[in-house]
Order: sequence, then C-alpha cells, then structure tokens
Amino acid sequence: MAKRSLFHEFTKGIVKENPVLCLVLGTCPTLAVTTSAFNAIGMGVAATAVLICSNAVISALRRFIPDKVRIPAYITIIAGFVTIVQMLVKAFAPAINDSLGIFLPLIVVNCIILGRAEMFAGKNPVLPSILDGLGMGVGFTAALLCMGIIREFFGSGSVFGMQIMPVNILIFILPPGGFFVFGMLIMLANKLNTRAGKKVKTTPCDGCPMAENCSTKTCEKTENTAKEATVNAD
Amino acid sequence: MEVKLHVSSSPHFKSNNSTRRIMLDVIIALCPAAIAACVIFGMRSLVLIAVCVATCVLLEYVSRKIMKRDTTIGDLSAVVTGLLLALNLPVDINPLIAMFGCLIAIVVVKQMFGGIGMNFVNPALAARIVLLVSFPSAMMHWVPALGAPQAAAVDAATSATPLVAEPGVYSYVDLLLGRCSGSIGEVCAVALILGGIYLVIRRVISPIIPCVYLATAALMSLIVGLDPLYQLLSGGILLGAIFMATDYTTSPVTKWGKVIFAFGCGVLTILLRAFSNMPEGVSFSILLMNILVPLIERATVPRTLGYVKKKKGAQK
Repeated sequence: MAKRSLFHEFTKGIVKENPVLCLVLGTCPTLAVTTSAFNAIGMGVAATAVLICSNAVISALRRFIPDKVRIPAYITIIAGFVTIVQMLVKAFAPAINDSLGIFLPLIVVNCIILGRAEMFAGKNPVLPSILDGLGMGVGFTAALLCMGIIREFFGSGSVFGMQIMPVNILIFILPPGGFFVFGMLIMLANKLNTRAGKKVKTTPCDGCPMAENCSTKTCEKTENTAKEATVNAD
Repeated sequence: MEVKLHVSSSPHFKSNNSTRRIMLDVIIALCPAAIAACVIFGMRSLVLIAVCVATCVLLEYVSRKIMKRDTTIGDLSAVVTGLLLALNLPVDINPLIAMFGCLIAIVVVKQMFGGIGMNFVNPALAARIVLLVSFPSAMMHWVPALGAPQAAAVDAATSATPLVAEPGVYSYVDLLLGRCSGSIGEVCAVALILGGIYLVIRRVISPIIPCVYLATAALMSLIVGLDPLYQLLSGGILLGAIFMATDYTTSPVTKWGKVIFAFGCGVLTILLRAFSNMPEGVSFSILLMNILVPLIERATVPRTLGYVKKKKGAQK
C-alpha cells in the first residue's frame, strides 16, 4: 500500500469511502434510527466515539493479537467501548438512550467498526488509525444526519423537532421510506463520486471501493468474468 | 443497383402492434370506468383524472429530459399510469396528494428503474400504496356515491365502502352499477368488465390472469366463509385483476407463470381482506406477486422444442 498523507486518511471516510453511502456498511442502524435528525446525531456520535477508541486500541495491540483469533479479540475490545459509551449516554443523555433503544448496544456488531478494525486498524499504526476512525465516524454521522433531516422533514414536517410544515408524508418515517431515501442518497453519492473522480477502469478491482484494503488483491469473480471475456474475444 | 433487394434479419412479418397502440387500447378500455366515475361522483372525478394524467405526462417528459434520454411520452404509457392512478383514488382527495402519487409512480418507480418495461412493480399500484401508507385518512375518506343506499342521509358525509359496510346494505345490483362508495374507478363493476372484454377481444391481455385471479378469489372466499360474488364485485378486485395484474412488465410471460401469479394474487387478496386489519388487499397482493415475478418466470421456463430432459442418474 502506498504511503498516503494523514489528511487523506481522515478525509477519505467522509466523501470518497463514505462507510454508509459508498461501502454500504452499517445499513441496519442507518435505516433504523434515522427517523429524526436528533436520533441520527446521537447514533453517529456514539458510533464515532466507539470507532475512534477501538481503532486506536486495536492498532496498538495489532502485533499482539494472534491472526487466527483476531475477530473475537476485536469484538471484545469493541464491546468494551460500547459498554462504556452506553453507560455514559444513559447517565448524561437519557433521552437519546430511550430513543435509540436496542440500537445503542448493537453498535457492537456494527459492520463499520469491525470493518475498519479488519481493513485498517489491524494493519496500520495508531495515529492513522485514529484519524481513519474519526473520518469514518464523521462520514457515518454525516450520512445519518442527511437521512435523518430528509426523513424528519418529510415524515413529521419538522427540523430538529421544530414543526415547520403543516403536512407530513407518513411513509418517510416508516421503514419503506427509509429504504427509498437510502437508495436515493446512494444514487446521489455514486453520481457525485463518478463525476469528481472520472476514473477509467483498468483493472477489475477499480470499480470496487474496498479494493485498496482488499486482502485477496484480485477479485475472483471479476477476474473470472474478465477471463471469460478474453476467451470469448479470442 | 436496379434490383431492390431488401436484406434484413428476421422477423420479416410485423404486426402493427406497437406500445402506443396497446396503450391506446388500455385507455379505451378504461374509458367506461372513467365515464362511470364522472357519472357516479360528479365532474370532480374528471378533474382528478385530468390532474393525474397531466402530471404523469409532464413528469415523464421532465425526468427523461433530466436523465438525457429520449422522450417517451408518445407511447402513452404515462397516460395509462396517470389514468389508473386516478381511478384508484377517492374523489375528494387533495390534488397535491394525487400529484405526489404521480411523482412516485413516474419518477421513482418507473424512470429511476429505467423507464417503460423496466419497472419492477406496477407504477400506479406502488403509488397507490405509498399514498395509502402516507395519508391513510385522506385515502380512506369515502364520499357516498350517486344513488347509493345511504346517500340521501347527509350531504358530504363519509360512508363505508362495501368491504366494511354491514351485510345487506349493498345489493349485487348496487355493486354492479357502482352505487357504492370507493375509489372512483373501482365502484362500477359493469364498466370494468366491459373494458376487460374489450382488451381480451383486442388480444391486448390474455384472459388467463383475470380469470384465474377471480376464480381463485371466489374459491378462497368460499373457504374462509365470505360471499364469493360479493367479494368479486366489491372493492378494487376487478380493477386490479383486469388492469393492474395484467401489466406486461410486471406479470410473467409464461402461461403457467401467469397461472401461478394470478393464483397467488387471488389467495393473498382474500386472506388480506379476511384477516388483516385493512379492508382492502388487492393492491398489496398484486404488488407482492409483482416482486415474485422473476422467480415465477425462472421456475416456469417452458421446455424448448426438441429438448430432452436429462435423467437424474445420467452422466454429464
């Protein structure tokens, strides 16, 4: 992996590799808690805190964690931080705790956190890992906030709890509306990313947002189809 | 080059069937129901239909332009969608809500998935369900129809649709002629049946889906202890079976696929009517079966002529 600036590690999570909209990780909390903007911020901040701490600890311990049991070790570390965050939220922001409900302890199994541990923190030094966690957390929070604002505005006619529209379109705060908004945001992110990057496809992995961190280096499926294509061309 | 040889690939015979012609036939078939709506609920229905059709066509044009694709309003499919959606709405609905429905149907369900022929569910149905979920009170606000048994009572009162009315309020004749409340297009059974017969005669739809759908629904009504004829004539089942379930894009192409699809629709409709907390289940059941269509088609691929099925024990 080429050396990249620390600034890049931070910013990539916000736009280019946004965990929700580009990597499509952490979909479950995204859909579940974004019925209002406040919930979205609460979830985003809680997950960001866990993400930064777990990334830091995992990257500090990366030489001591045996490769074969790394996933249980990661989960244990993450669960520890989630418990701390949950206790803090319960003590200082009980309203958020009530509205997030089960999804707060479920941060333990949030794909973004385990994904960053596996893809980044397990292979990189502490400082880049913290920045990576911070960037990913900000990206996660931003995506959640976008969805939360859109869904709250149309679904309950309010912004951050302030009633501003007399009518509300109920479907936006119901699960199907969540999927629709999610799909539209992904569409928008794809559009923006392709326009900004203007990438030319050269290798099969170029289209895959996880290519840089992919452990196999070549994607079996795409390689096979590429092979087939060349055979057909022959 | 004096000899004019036309070299072209097959097919060499072409019928004059085009999307436009088919859609025109569907529009003609929907005319009786639209006229009946105007007679039963007054000229407000005409306004509603006009609003929906105009919005759908406009949105189709605009969204195709934004996506930099060819304009397809000439094939009239947007008109059909608008008309169907309007016929699925109660007459006194806010026009803005109806226009929001058009937005869902044309932009979200149809154009975002690639336009005509690409939508995974029927646009008008999906829009109806989105509206039903979003604005339950507005979508279930029924005005008494002209000549309905309880219409004489109060002006502009709400009234129960046949599906939730006490038994005995509506007679079969009331249901056939549309003397009952409901969405503007679904009440007059005679008009819908006329339209269906026209479509079958013009060979626009095959009779398999409506017939199997209605037969299954009747059978299921018997099983769960409802009056089959009453169930078939009330609510949106005729509109659904004739015009919604037969949508080319979202129904199977294979014969047995059609049978399975219509059977599923019929069973689900009556189950939803009898056991769910909603009075009507037609739109949900068709939507659900729409989603299953790719699986149904895969399961019912017909045997190719001359193809012999391999025995299980045979070597590869």
